Amino acid sequence: MSDSSSQAALARLREQVLAAHEAGKALRIRGGDTKGFYGCEPRGDSLDTREYRGIVAYEPTELVITARCGTPLAEIEAALAEKGQWLPFEPPSFGEGATVGGMVAAGLSGPGRQSAGAVRDFVLGAAMLDAQGRALNFGGQVMKNVAGYDVSRLLCGSLGMLGVVAEVSLKVLPRPAATATVSMPLDRPAALRLLNEWAGRPLPISASAWLGGTLALRLAGARAAVDAAVAFFAREHGAQQLDGEVHRFWAAVREQTLPFFDGLPGAGSAGAEPGAGGAASLPLWRVSVPSVAPPLALPGEELIEWGGALRWWRSDAEPRAVREAAARVGGHATLFRGGDRSAGVFAPLSPALMALHRRLKAELDPKGIFNPGRMYPDL
Amino acid sequence: MSTVYEDRFADLAAAPAPGRQQQVVERLKALLPPHALLFREEDVRPYECDALSAFRQLPMVVALPETEEQVVGILKACHELEVPIVARGAGTSLSGGSMPHAAGVVLSLAKFNRILAIDPVARTARVQPGVRNLAVSEAAAPYDLYYAPDPSSQIACSIGGNLAENSGGVHCLKYGLTVHNVLRVRGYTVDGEPVEFGSEALDSPGLDLLSLVIGSEGMLAVTMEATLKLVPKPQLARVVMASFDDVVKAGDAVAGIIAAGIIPAGLEMMDRKATVAVEEFVHAGYDLDAQAILLAESDGTPEEVAEEIVRMETVLRESGATRIQVSESEAQRLLFWSGRKNAFPAAGRVSPDYYCMDGTIPRKNIGRLLADIAAMEDKYRLRCMNVFHAGDGNMHPLILFDANDPDEWHRAELFGAEILELCVEYGGTVTGEHGVGIEKINSMCVQFSPEERAAFFAVKRAFDPPGLLNPGKGIPTLARCAEYGKMHVHAGRLAFPDLPRF
Ligand SMILES: Cc1cc2nc3c(=O)[nH]c(=O)nc-3n(C[C@H](O)[C@H](O)[C@H](O)COP(=O)(O)OP(=O)(O)OC[C@H]3O[C@@H](n4cnc5c(N)ncnc54)[C@H](O)[C@@H]3O)c2cc1C
Ligand SMILES: Cc1cc2nc3c(=O)[nH]c(=O)nc-3n(C[C@H](O)[C@H](O)[C@H](O)COP(=O)(O)OP(=O)(O)OC[C@H]3O[C@@H](n4cnc5c(N)ncnc54)[C@H](O)[C@@H]3O)c2cc1C
Repeated sequence: MSDSSSQAALARLREQVLAAHEAGKALRIRGGDTKGFYGCEPRGDSLDTREYRGIVAYEPTELVITARCGTPLAEIEAALAEKGQWLPFEPPSFGEGATVGGMVAAGLSGPGRQSAGAVRDFVLGAAMLDAQGRALNFGGQVMKNVAGYDVSRLLCGSLGMLGVVAEVSLKVLPRPAATATVSMPLDRPAALRLLNEWAGRPLPISASAWLGGTLALRLAGARAAVDAAVAFFAREHGAQQLDGEVHRFWAAVREQTLPFFDGLPGAGSAGAEPGAGGAASLPLWRVSVPSVAPPLALPGEELIEWGGALRWWRSDAEPRAVREAAARVGGHATLFRGGDRSAGVFAPLSPALMALHRRLKAELDPKGIFNPGRMYPDL
Repeated sequence: MSTVYEDRFADLAAAPAPGRQQQVVERLKALLPPHALLFREEDVRPYECDALSAFRQLPMVVALPETEEQVVGILKACHELEVPIVARGAGTSLSGGSMPHAAGVVLSLAKFNRILAIDPVARTARVQPGVRNLAVSEAAAPYDLYYAPDPSSQIACSIGGNLAENSGGVHCLKYGLTVHNVLRVRGYTVDGEPVEFGSEALDSPGLDLLSLVIGSEGMLAVTMEATLKLVPKPQLARVVMASFDDVVKAGDAVAGIIAAGIIPAGLEMMDRKATVAVEEFVHAGYDLDAQAILLAESDGTPEEVAEEIVRMETVLRESGATRIQVSESEAQRLLFWSGRKNAFPAAGRVSPDYYCMDGTIPRKNIGRLLADIAAMEDKYRLRCMNVFHAGDGNMHPLILFDANDPDEWHRAELFGAEILELCVEYGGTVTGEHGVGIEKINSMCVQFSPEERAAFFAVKRAFDPPGLLNPGKGIPTLARCAEYGKMHVHAGRLAFPDLPRF
């Protein structure tokens, strides 16, 4: 995209923000709208970021890519792949049109989160369009920088409530030289115990998924290290190495296209209708807990990721019961897809934290124009 | 003292109103035992500066609480009386971050030095803020785990200070900065209200305030407890030491290693001035003919290390290395590193004083910046050694000077400021890991626009409405930047504060 047309697109975004600010009207910021299902019900006039797109800078030796918010994630992934690099936190797209701005605002990470870190760990800098339509730059394009408060990381997962994420600089990494996937039959308690045990040892585990009595581990790193680990899991745990297009399995975990996710609003698997019966009609809970948390006693089906720290539940349990089960072990639960969203989808904050959220919102978006109610109904 | 110094210092040096000290002391006496409250000049003298000893200010009062109730009491009292509070860990900040306020209280957290729990299965350490960085790794060692962020000051610096500065070290190229290795922080806001950021899970609901508080230089909240991530100790580490006859070639070799898809566990550079100074000190067998030496470490399983070392050697050779040595034993590895680790004390031996800068630039500009620094040595008539985290582009020029000569210090400051401006001009930032503190507050005017600074103040107000936590540090006011702009032209360089970066 040419520079002048992107500047024009930015000017249009700015005008729309200014007009909304003037009128005190809500704006619903959207990119590809692949994550429209996420968070509380969006409100307000649509502010579409997709025209403000394009990779601004990418130098493989600097391990940094800078792109405008409307850039399709797929475009970024393709540019990186060409140079043997990637976003190691493996952000889910949840659809074809996902944009990099939406990725940062949603703050979701995929299977790679277990070993590589989360989106926020890879955000080096960001430009934000504030409520006055001004473009503010925070952070930078270098690995290390502690000048001023880290507003760019604050924007990660902010669901657009503080402003428009207009441009981001992301740290990228070389793709691992080798990967392999092994799987083994294990019951839930054994899987959780072993995942934690292995994580304390220098094993190249880059992702894990447990479902229905089978644990799959993705190993990644130097060829020699991966081979040694495959041998270790075969010898000690009778694991089988999976071959074929295993990456498609991990893509299915990331993109929520496994049958486990069927029938959910916004879920990518083809053919399934919401409310198609059985598990398909149950809402999806995202339960984030310490990896050592014991199995949660909830009704329904479970998919465990991130070495035990992320537990997806298809469950008809009362929201309160799910939240309490998560809180008891030091975690929190999000009503990720489906279910009754009217009472809010994220775990309630402590009064002290809620007060800080309110003050931050009031300081940065005094008229409350950006995605009101998306994170918490009254915020 | 220099004009630059006085300018940045004015707000913090304003003496308390008459009777104010007595009022505050009386209030705190009710909360603290006598030995935990210092206010006589001779008693507070040890707190007048941190490791940036060129900036000094006697505090009005120093409080050394021993219990969390006392901390809360002090915060509430200061909030009510509107007294500035400067939290202090070990005082090793190199940016004047823990330098006191003339009318304020230094809240020393040195006595909170207990490791509360090590959980080897969850791979976490729960610690108080005054715990030394290295103590965490020592406590985790029996489980073959360690805490990855390793600032060179790790023997002395505290976790509270590390969080406030988002500290890094040799290993953060591969293992990240403090922000990547902390799960949860529990502490208090300025009014003594308890808050908890993050959790022992990998994320928490709401905004990511944990990321915001880390690196906030003690200006948003006071840390009383942190849960840190521990990672498995690599089975093996080996280091390649490569000599270059030209710093630019060495800089390019750094980019070459990354381009080859290798992320070393550490990638550090020393220029000739530095190797000569440290060789005298540690006798590590450094190549004194080399214009620059690179230290590139590989860690992991023996198979991984063997593979990576070969690949790094190849790149280094192709980049024109004149000599390459690979450590053959742990003892030799530590010897190779000893010079790098002792560069600061070595600088202290070859010069009465040194001024350590901290800016970060894209790696590709390392050679250019080093050449610029060499030219500035003539311009400012001062010597400068370079030892730095090359893999991160995090430069630490050590400007050598004599503090007894005020003009030398003045020139050292201008030299440093010019380096930081070049860092911004080259696409980098004015601080990599030491923070802004009071030291770089003027350089912040170069990196951030008035609107950006206003947003920082908005964040500050949300956390600390009366502005009592470490005031005058970190974020410069509009007035200060206007003032700096004038002086700046006077100093002979054009600033580009309004260059569009968007
Ligand atoms: C947690 C887990 C559980 C497993 N359970 C079984 C099992 O019960 N029986 C069995 O024969 N093999 C099972 N496997 C093995 C696995 O299905 C395949 O061997 C692997 O995914 C590679 O298959 P493929 O190359 O044919 O991929 P593809 O057939 O190309 O697989 C990709 C597509 O198939 C679907 N898919 C793949 N794997 C699974 C899965 N495990 N669960 C649901 N949908 C999937 C996804 O929709 C995905 O889009 C399991 C693997 C894992 C990680
Ligand atoms: C020789 C030497 C080498 C160094 N090398 C490195 C290096 O490699 N990497 C690096 O990153 N740094 C390095 N430093 C700088 C310094 O050690 C770090 O910035 C360190 O994190 C400071 O920790 P401290 O406990 O001494 O903090 P202090 O100096 O006491 O305080 C620093 C800041 O933290 C705040 N603070 C302290 N405790 C708390 C708390 N509990 N709650 C809220 N705020 C708090 C203070 O208000 C102040 O703003 C080095 C310093 C020296 C002297």
